[in-house]
Amino acid sequence: MDLGFDVVELDEPDYPEEGASAPEFVRPLVNDEYWEDVALSELTADGPVLLVFHSMDGAFPATYIWKELADRAFDEQYDVTIVGLSISTPYEHKTFIADRNLPYRLFSDPQNGVAEMYGVVNDLGGFAGVSESRPAVFLIDGDRTVRYAWAAREWPEFPDYDEIENALDRL
Amino acid sequence: MSESTPEDPPITLYRLQACPFCERVVRTLEEHDLDYQSRFVEPLHSKRDAVKRLTGQRSVPAIVDETTGVTMSESENIVEYIETTYGTGA
Repeated sequence: MDLGFDVVELDEPDYPEEGASAPEFVRPLVNDEYWEDVALSELTADGPVLLVFHSMDGAFPATYIWKELADRAFDEQYDVTIVGLSISTPYEHKTFIADRNLPYRLFSDPQNGVAEMYGVVNDLGGFAGVSESRPAVFLIDGDRTVRYAWAAREWPEFPDYDEIENALDRL
Repeated sequence: MSESTPEDPPITLYRLQACPFCERVVRTLEEHDLDYQSRFVEPLHSKRDAVKRLTGQRSVPAIVDETTGVTMSESENIVEYIETTYGTGA
């Protein structure tokens, strides 16, 4: 992005790279009708998972990321379950999913513990006492091994969707 | 993903946060040491179609017990069902 001025640079992230084991977690997973506690390993038991960390629902980066992912619909072409994760509450996720007709489910993690486990925390300026995840994408295979990993180094920064598709091709 | 995985407990409880009738069922399930999965549903009654598809009505609590094939709503009925099916006298 060339804006003619410096954008915010984030600290170097320290996240599980390709070949590492993706940390296990359990959080409420929200669909358009209800939510229930789901473990990452329950999803990977059915095959590869694309785990997308995004800004809180309502922020424009979340909207941009989900619009692009819905347009690309990787899960129609590849054997992959696409899920999101943000600090938004289950109620907000349900509204976000309904408003956008989003065909994907979102994990709710208001205390940001999963982003901490994955080394992708984003401390927010102007939100006292609130931190969230920076945009980050992990493609995790059925053995819970990371096959592709990306995390934002600038704020804002968006995933390279073609790179995600390349990684899906390599599975 | 409607298929349940082997790790899923056989009982699914459809509940609403802070609904006293739901909490009554939770208490009964826990008194009987029963493993269950909670699904929190839409607070707005008119939008609670996930429950309606199961039980024919939109009220919660509702449970599905795959062990016995029972689907049921109304906390009074559910408590009685749990006690009859899983209680000491069962």
